[in-house]
Amino acid sequence: MIQADLSVILPEIILAVYAMAALLLAVYTGKDKLAAVLVWSTAGLMAALGIWIGTNGGGTQEAFGGMFIDDGFARFAKVAILLSAAAVLLMGLEYMARRNMLRFEFPLLVALSAVGMMMMVSAGDLMALYMGLELQSLALYVIASMRRDSVKSTEAGLKYFVLGALSSGLLLYGASLVYGFAGTTKFAGIIQVAQHGEVSIGLLFGLVFLISGLAFKVSAVPFHMWTPDVYQGAPTPVTAFFASAPKMAAMGLFARVMHDAFGNAIGDWSQVVAVLSLLSMFVGAVAAIGQRDIKRLMAYSSIAHMGYALMGLASGTQMGVEAMLVYMAIYVSMNIGTFAFILMLQKDGQPITSIDALHQYSRREPGKALAMLVLLFSLAGVPPMLGFFGKLYVLRAAYEAGLAWLAIAGVVASVIGAFYYLRIVYYMYFGDEGEDLDRSNSPILWVFLMGSAAVMVFGIINMFGVDSAAAAAAAALVR
Amino acid sequence: MEQILLFAPLAGAVICGFGHRFIGEKAATVTATGLLFLSALLSWITFLGFDGTTETITIFRWIESGALSTDWAIRLDRLTAIMLIVITTVSSLVHLYSFGYMDHDPQWKDGESYKPRFFAYLSFFTFAMLMLVTSDNLVQMFFGWEGVGVASYLLIGFYYRKPSANAAAMKAFIVNRVGDFGFALGIFGLFFLTDSINLSEIFEAAPVLAETQLTFLWGEWNAANLLAVLLFIGAMGKSAQLILHTWLPDAMEGPTPVSALIHAATMVTAGVFLVCRMSPLIEFAPEAAAFITVLGACTAFFAATVGLVQTDIKRVIAYSTCSQLGYMFVAAGVGMYSAAMFHLFTHAFFKAMLFLGAGSVIHAMHHEQDMMNYGGLRKKIPYTFWAMMIGTLAITGVGIPLTHIGFAGFLSKDAIIESAFAGGSMFGFWALVIAAFMTSFYSWRLMFLTFYGKPRGDKHTHDHAHESPMVMLIPLGVLALGAVFSGMLWYNSFFGHADKVGKFYGIPVAEAATKGEVTLGTDSHGGLLHDAEEGDGEDHGAAKEAEHHYVFAGKPGEGALYFAPDNHVLDDAHAAPKWVKVSPFIAMLLGLALSFWFYIVNPSLPKRLAAAHQPLYLFLKNKWYFDELYDAIFVKPALAIGRFFWKRGDGNTIDGFLNGVAMGIVPFFTKLAGRAQSGFIFTYAFWMVLGIAALVTWMTIGGGAH
Repeated sequence: MIQADLSVILPEIILAVYAMAALLLAVYTGKDKLAAVLVWSTAGLMAALGIWIGTNGGGTQEAFGGMFIDDGFARFAKVAILLSAAAVLLMGLEYMARRNMLRFEFPLLVALSAVGMMMMVSAGDLMALYMGLELQSLALYVIASMRRDSVKSTEAGLKYFVLGALSSGLLLYGASLVYGFAGTTKFAGIIQVAQHGEVSIGLLFGLVFLISGLAFKVSAVPFHMWTPDVYQGAPTPVTAFFASAPKMAAMGLFARVMHDAFGNAIGDWSQVVAVLSLLSMFVGAVAAIGQRDIKRLMAYSSIAHMGYALMGLASGTQMGVEAMLVYMAIYVSMNIGTFAFILMLQKDGQPITSIDALHQYSRREPGKALAMLVLLFSLAGVPPMLGFFGKLYVLRAAYEAGLAWLAIAGVVASVIGAFYYLRIVYYMYFGDEGEDLDRSNSPILWVFLMGSAAVMVFGIINMFGVDSAAAAAAAALVR
Repeated sequence: MEQILLFAPLAGAVICGFGHRFIGEKAATVTATGLLFLSALLSWITFLGFDGTTETITIFRWIESGALSTDWAIRLDRLTAIMLIVITTVSSLVHLYSFGYMDHDPQWKDGESYKPRFFAYLSFFTFAMLMLVTSDNLVQMFFGWEGVGVASYLLIGFYYRKPSANAAAMKAFIVNRVGDFGFALGIFGLFFLTDSINLSEIFEAAPVLAETQLTFLWGEWNAANLLAVLLFIGAMGKSAQLILHTWLPDAMEGPTPVSALIHAATMVTAGVFLVCRMSPLIEFAPEAAAFITVLGACTAFFAATVGLVQTDIKRVIAYSTCSQLGYMFVAAGVGMYSAAMFHLFTHAFFKAMLFLGAGSVIHAMHHEQDMMNYGGLRKKIPYTFWAMMIGTLAITGVGIPLTHIGFAGFLSKDAIIESAFAGGSMFGFWALVIAAFMTSFYSWRLMFLTFYGKPRGDKHTHDHAHESPMVMLIPLGVLALGAVFSGMLWYNSFFGHADKVGKFYGIPVAEAATKGEVTLGTDSHGGLLHDAEEGDGEDHGAAKEAEHHYVFAGKPGEGALYFAPDNHVLDDAHAAPKWVKVSPFIAMLLGLALSFWFYIVNPSLPKRLAAAHQPLYLFLKNKWYFDELYDAIFVKPALAIGRFFWKRGDGNTIDGFLNGVAMGIVPFFTKLAGRAQSGFIFTYAFWMVLGIAALVTWMTIGGGAH
């Protein structure tokens, strides 16, 4: 029996064992000298695992008495998590090495947080959920404050940790309420109790607290306040990581809990999620206008994008989950390109994050400026870029689920949000005389930037099959 | 072959318009011209080898939508064949001519590339026009119809730096929209009633339409009449008939070759073509036909009066075109479609030649267009003079009365006037005769003012007046042949006996059963032998001797034209009294005499006359104040409404709202959000607690809690 269980969680075991073994090895041998090697090997391993999970396995397997579920939905999320984590690791390598902040722990912490994320999206039980969440979060707290000599970085890490602890407390409180009223921590058991119209007030309280805790992880308004400070304070490669894989994992977990545990009480949670979605879209759009720091701007951008992803979830339908997954996949790919661009911005060796530095960028680097233009248009949701189709998916899902008001609000918010994306384009192409930035010659970043932009353009042909994979994943989750 | 014929101009347009950067200007324009000459050659082969039976050549499936399904197909019958040679011949000659005329155009700076664009537009126009005339269904025809409209717009506004050219282009386009609206409604109506847009199916349904009532706007109408009028409204727009004529004179802002091709020979005759094409429908719509006759006659008269006093050489010819189109509509209105086509055919030659001749004069005079600054150019530009002379002889209708020998216009115009008389429209007849008098007057006035008398205007310009190059003179020569001979050569086919006309158009003819049925005008008695070679049909006496007499016996849609069994206009016209047949010739002579007196014998007379009848002169000079009237009734109110919606509606309301939101409300919230982001961890925690408190409260009170 245990053998069967272990074979189900084999990918997680491999990654976890690798992380611990590599930690031991590095501590007793070269330490930071091995860092670069570890980045490559970790990225390689994660990419390999992602491909393995993506190409193998079918159907639904449960392990440990239903605490761990390996289904199509989990596999979709894991592939996205592993591939994006691997990509972000590679992107940050050169940046960190040049600034002498590459620690051998970094790739291993990323690997451990990835294990946590994989656990999250596969959770079939509140205990498993919390375990995955904390594993992920603890790793993230540490890498957020990885630059111990930087006040900003440590501040970011501390803020994230304290607020994260608060949110974990909320989540745990909610979980205990749910357990108290449902009598079980298993999703499969909760769903029997939480029938629509018969949800007891205690269970409802527990649900709201659970949602609050999860909303913190996806940085939905009003649990978003940490996001801009942490994004700005953390080293840029770490920010890039925050903006990609953990978001995917948290959204996956959110959908998992809502549908697996409360799938029979959709009406109860969908309105809460809809409100979170509405607030996130508007706050993300409006607050970003005032930002001059591109990392902070991307933080608000990610808040707004989470709002759209939550819109898909709020629909409470299979199509809604599909739309959410497609949206997240597109969002993560866009973010990788955008952060590759941000990582390249530097002057005299110092990283630059002010958008004022982008004046007349197109004249100096026309190719990169064009790629960034494509990405920004895609982020803003301008057709025919892929970002537009992501928005189209969630809007349609919301509309067909009877949330027309939310869809309309989403369109209005996207119009407002377009302003700050297009402002960057304006600066790059029509801005005043700009300062000279260093010419970056990092081939890795260049490949990721161009690749991401190309995906945004050519993805519209068939989305590289992501939409059909997302449909299958959604079908596995929503039954 | 037909496919090559049709698509060669399109290929020319594409190669010339898009490819000139790669193959060079010269090669591009030569290619476009060469392809058109190929097209013209094939057209003549088609026309001469055509036996009259209607063919349909399907090119591809075009529309498949509900009950509407149609092919992109060529309907090749005599009407199409006539239009093919008219279009491709004039177009290819105009292409050739443009090499000379458009060379070193003073409107463009040195080194600016404009010629490929011009040739591409011309070729594109030709393609669209061919689409129009070859279509076998109404929607395809509408495609061509709009295509020529676009080409016309582009070419009128070719000198886009001139505000007047842009205004004229827009005017042409917008006025045509009015007509096109009618045309489109007509197509909708036909589709609504017959469930088809295919011409042959519509033709077969025509007798049914004549007995159908249709509710439209405020009343019930006879379907055939209503649809015929709607289609005719489209024709009015394209062919610049009264009410919708105002764009044509302004269209002279375009380069002169364009005026010759589009605004004289081809596009403006599309309306006439449409009416002839729809002859099976018109034949069942007597009221609509009467309307066409009256409107055509009015236009012929009106345009001729305005032409009397214009001084811009191109505008005189433009009004003359407008007037001649009126002639054609009269012929079509009285049921003599064949005569309308005859005039269309001959008119294309001599009017294109007049325009190209005028272009040659303008070219010689360094783009001076006011005839008051011409004079005495006969010696300076002899070839142009002779070309213009032939054109004038043709348009005024010079020939030997009561025979079939004369210039092209003599035969075709007389055919129309006789038809008008025979068709029973005395109004039409007299309007056309008077118009013929005025035509003669203004045409000769043009000749006398331009080529005779003393040089007027800028002396320097006159000194440097020069004959045009060969590329411009060759087209004039070719067209001159047409202006002289086209009438005599094809008289029998267009306006001869029913059997000949029937054979030409592919209409079955039957021998008249009894003499009584052949309703010949009794007033034609008097032993008149109309013509030596074929006069034996029209006279009673001769008819008795002649062993056979034919009448048209086709069904609607059989052959290119349809003549109802009770349509005897052709026979009646041949049997018209002698004074009717001579009247246009007399009108022409009077016009010539008067013109001679005014501008050669006593050149000061016109001025005194204008001064003495100042109001009348101004009335004519200002084109009956049509433009001013439209300006007051349509343009000003439309502009006022537009300005209201723009300033108040769009500017104040919509922009005001959006700007208020974008520049007032959103920044306010941005500031608010920025302030909320204090950076203190307790603020953040406070917000989170606040958020969860709000959510819990909401769920407890408003949610589904129990």
